[in-house]
Amino acid sequence: MKKILCVVLCAAMLCSVAALFAGCGKADAGEVNVYNWGEYIAEGQDGLMNVIDEFEKETGIKVNYTTFETNEDLYNMLKNSNVSYDVVVPSDYMISKMIKENMLLELNYDNIPNYKYINDRFKNLDCDPDNKYTVIYQWGVTGLVYDKNKVKNKPTDWSALWDEDLKGDILMINNSRDAMAIAMQTLGIDPTNCTKADVDKASEKLRSQKPLLKKYVMDQVFTEMETGQSAIAPYYAGDIAAMMDENEDLDYCLPSYGSNLFYDAMCIPTCSKNKENAEKFINFMQKPEIAAENCKYLRYGCANDEAVKLLPDDIKDSELTFPSDEYLDKCYVFGNLDADVYEYMQEEFVKVQAE
Amino acid sequence: MKSRKLSIPYILWMLVFTMIPLVMIGFTAFTDNSGGFSLEAFSSAFQYTNVFLKSLWIALISTVLCLIIAYPLAYMLCQMRESTQNMVVMLLMIPMWMNFLLRIYAWVLILQNGGPLDTLLSLIGIHGSYGNNTAAVIVGMVYEYMPFMLLPIYTVMGKIDKGLIEAAQDLGSNRFAVFKKVVFPLSIPGIISGITMVFVPSASTFVVAQYLGGTDDIMIGDIIDKIFFTNNHIGSAISLVLMVFILVFLVLMNLFGDEEAIA
Repeated sequence: MKKILCVVLCAAMLCSVAALFAGCGKADAGEVNVYNWGEYIAEGQDGLMNVIDEFEKETGIKVNYTTFETNEDLYNMLKNSNVSYDVVVPSDYMISKMIKENMLLELNYDNIPNYKYINDRFKNLDCDPDNKYTVIYQWGVTGLVYDKNKVKNKPTDWSALWDEDLKGDILMINNSRDAMAIAMQTLGIDPTNCTKADVDKASEKLRSQKPLLKKYVMDQVFTEMETGQSAIAPYYAGDIAAMMDENEDLDYCLPSYGSNLFYDAMCIPTCSKNKENAEKFINFMQKPEIAAENCKYLRYGCANDEAVKLLPDDIKDSELTFPSDEYLDKCYVFGNLDADVYEYMQEEFVKVQAE
Repeated sequence: MKSRKLSIPYILWMLVFTMIPLVMIGFTAFTDNSGGFSLEAFSSAFQYTNVFLKSLWIALISTVLCLIIAYPLAYMLCQMRESTQNMVVMLLMIPMWMNFLLRIYAWVLILQNGGPLDTLLSLIGIHGSYGNNTAAVIVGMVYEYMPFMLLPIYTVMGKIDKGLIEAAQDLGSNRFAVFKKVVFPLSIPGIISGITMVFVPSASTFVVAQYLGGTDDIMIGDIIDKIFFTNNHIGSAISLVLMVFILVFLVLMNLFGDEEAIA
């Protein structure tokens, strides 16, 4: 008898631990569970507004805010664990994938009146052509950041990342999709819907680049460039603007033939238990004042026309945050690659690094 | 019977957090996407043999360096007054209260171009950048894991019966003979647990290499991390192979240790 009791107690203990990990498993009338990218919202940094507090104050709804690092983390979390999120913010290609796998709920746009402020370019996104599941959050392009003291010839496109003169001073992005796309663009291949053969060519190109590189980096790019340790690196334009604020020797270049246009959009996953609150949150995020605060912090593109009017001129006029329409027309958006092509791409990129 | 009941929570713990995950990893490694038995993942895993070897090599060198630094330190510590001992141990532990990443990041700054080391060496006319290579990775690893070598050795050494040392001295041994015949053999259990505690994490970590290494210093942990993005089967297979490598190493270590202890 005692033994049984012991087992029951242990089981109860484990369950409570499991419940802890599952986090927001319970539905509560006054809650919204938001799962966003790390450092991807104005939370009172740099003297800006804390938009989450502001939302709680205005609506009385409690926000449980958690963050993820990669689209794949988000996907695995929704797919494999028993969690309930109400608002998630995946990127373009991941949205296509989630729609295809019926992981998202259709939005009721009547509850999101602020959607009217969204620029037409960012409605009916490629990943959601019928406009049923998404409200854009932020968008941006990839570009090059370089140190004027070290790079003598002003770069015009990605080929500067293969410049022999900069050997040992070049940083490359440590992310298969972006790295492969950069290599493909230099080879004149359209990365939108690439094939395994394209990946092979791109890997060859990356192999030829490896001896010239200092490092493959993601977040480390900030200190490397801000403290003048490296000469040139590809990264996301909004972040390049932030780096340029820290080091006046830095300059940027958007590749002449266009680059990757990416966007993250707010969606409601099927595991949501507070759909109405989620729609309130989404609507709030597209309130012009709020969207403007987020844009001031993130320096990524803002799709909300009314919010753009509220931005200070230096952000509004920055080509990094708001590239011209002509430039955006030249850019490509990642499509949802077949799983096996993406897998192949990832493996080939790892192999380039492992050799 | 009572003692067995007390062990039930631990058995459950082991089952849920060790055995079940292990079985899952094994299952994933031996199947493919269709769920059928397959060795494909292993053939892919062995494409990374060079990275396996490099990771084990870096771990081995780091372990040896940790031992070389920690052993004499532990020996000296044991000769000190108890209050001094406590203070030195405390000083060694304080950096570990800080976040792991922060400490590695400090090394990035120390070794970088124009950093403190560079500034110092510039005074005698040597100029350069010392980060982003294998040596920097090893420095980071040694710094990170040295306390894990020191503490077990220090604990075991501190427990050596002073009577045995005095007996050896009475029998005419000089200091070197006392060390060789008494202190060293009795401290071997500490060395072995120290080696285990340094080698295993340093073979599988990748953060240190990511921050301090160059393009050629990718570790197997990094590959596992990246491959798991898209393919759980290959990721599991690599993890399993790494576990086997480490297991073999530990078994060899223990065999060696037992013989020494008997001799």
